[in-house]
Amino acid sequence: MNRWKKIEEWIFRGISFAAAFSVVLILLYLLVVIFKKGIGSLSWEIVFSLPEGGYYFGGGGGILNAVVGSFYLSVGATILAVIIGLPAALFINVQLIRLKHTQNIIRYLLDALWGIPSIVYGAFGFAVMLFLGLNASLLAGIITVALLITPILVRAFDEVLKTIPVELQEASYSLGSTKTETALKVLFKQGFAGFITALLLAFGRGIGDAASVLFTAGYTDNIPVTLDEPVATLPLSIFFQLSSPIEEVRQRAYAAAVILTFIILIISVSARFLSKRYSKNIIK
Amino acid sequence: MNVMAFTNQSVFPPGEVVLQNKVEMKSAVKENPIIKIRDLNVETREGKILKNINLEIPKNQIVVLLGPSGCGKTTLLKSLNRLTDLHKELKVSGQILIDGQDIMKANNNLAAMRQKMGLLSQRPFPLPVSIYKNVAYGLKLKGIRSKKLISYNVETNLKRVGLWDEVKGRLKNPATSLSIGQQQRLCLARGLAVKPTIILADEPTSALDPISTKIIENLFKELKQHYTIILVTHVLRQALRLADHVVFMYYGEIIEQGHPEKILKNPKTNVLKKYLVDGN
Repeated sequence: MNRWKKIEEWIFRGISFAAAFSVVLILLYLLVVIFKKGIGSLSWEIVFSLPEGGYYFGGGGGILNAVVGSFYLSVGATILAVIIGLPAALFINVQLIRLKHTQNIIRYLLDALWGIPSIVYGAFGFAVMLFLGLNASLLAGIITVALLITPILVRAFDEVLKTIPVELQEASYSLGSTKTETALKVLFKQGFAGFITALLLAFGRGIGDAASVLFTAGYTDNIPVTLDEPVATLPLSIFFQLSSPIEEVRQRAYAAAVILTFIILIISVSARFLSKRYSKNIIK
Repeated sequence: MNVMAFTNQSVFPPGEVVLQNKVEMKSAVKENPIIKIRDLNVETREGKILKNINLEIPKNQIVVLLGPSGCGKTTLLKSLNRLTDLHKELKVSGQILIDGQDIMKANNNLAAMRQKMGLLSQRPFPLPVSIYKNVAYGLKLKGIRSKKLISYNVETNLKRVGLWDEVKGRLKNPATSLSIGQQQRLCLARGLAVKPTIILADEPTSALDPISTKIIENLFKELKQHYTIILVTHVLRQALRLADHVVFMYYGEIIEQGHPEKILKNPKTNVLKKYLVDGN
């Protein structure tokens, strides 16, 4: 290797290292700031108790309403999105396999939907809520978040299915499978690990989004018992606490952010773990 | 499927000179053809991949489709069980009779028709389930529910391909845990389990080492007593070792066909002569 090529290698390696290092550094800085500000207020009480009267003005209690509410909302929205998204992705990849142009149009539209800001979904969800005669509630929130994460989920499922070799489909058809049998018994199993990852990532997006539920989910200090009751979410809880003029309440917002970050971290690690576990049967 | 791969790649430059030497062959099959192909054309917007294919394939023989890359061998093979249906860009016309039944009109029983033809692809593609479930898959599709009968069939077919002793202690393991050669035999066992009459093999040994290749070749020699095997290969020596009947294709046309000793040792067309010289 001549001298110039060596210099070229060093420069490229240096730029790559700096870029990778800065990404990690920013992430670490973000985590450090949140933990530093929130750790002082983090306690079992804040995680496992409901807000008491005057909580947002420095009163006692915790944010259990938002933790549980976020789970309710995200689980509901993810289930709804999977019910719509998985058959849609299978339809694109199995039934439309001969119609490449149609497939591309659908993918383009889904990508466009993916790029729409979540506040727009919130506004649309609000219109749907009024049309259906719903109040700001868990159900309205679930519908709105499902609208937000369905395009993400369909495209993620679609990308997983696209990686499945066409020869695997051919193998299934040549054994006498119909399209539906191939989709459910072969493609679904082959893509299962990827589906789990996509599902958890969509769940993570749902649980962390504030704008889409701003108009539709409402807010309450209680845990909802029925679908037509309002629900608190962690992002909105953080927003309301950060808006407080009282320093103590603002610190609690960071504690709530730590909880939300921790949940997202668990989801991310679970996605990796489950993906690895279910990929043992996958044909590569 | 990359259509251009079928049309544009060739060891020969396109030209009419060599094609003028094409020998119009009458069917070499005298009796009992299990497959009759009449005026089969497969085309895309870019052009024809198969041009007026007329071919009769005899029962219980190994028929080798030979020819340079892009000459249409794989397309012909996939036309036989209508896997070409998966590709909208392919327009298929003509008649393919399997046991007298026109598969082009078999829309209502396409799945049953496909079960008559086991498929082995270039690279093994076991289903993403266990070794046992791979072989059981087709049986369940056929409506067999008895666990005893399924287990019996799994064992029988794994024995047929010489895999039983190697896997009997780990049937619940993923099929991907097997070596490539074992996976290819598993795919063969899986295909045999649904009791086909024809085996379609698209360069099934191209990804295998010499030992695994020999095992597959020996299996084909045994299996031809009960099955008709259509084998796509580039390997001239493999064609000589296995074929009862060789079909040489070039640019979507059948140029020569006949007994391997006859056409591979005494070719009549310049195209085949050149292919044999280059191939050797």
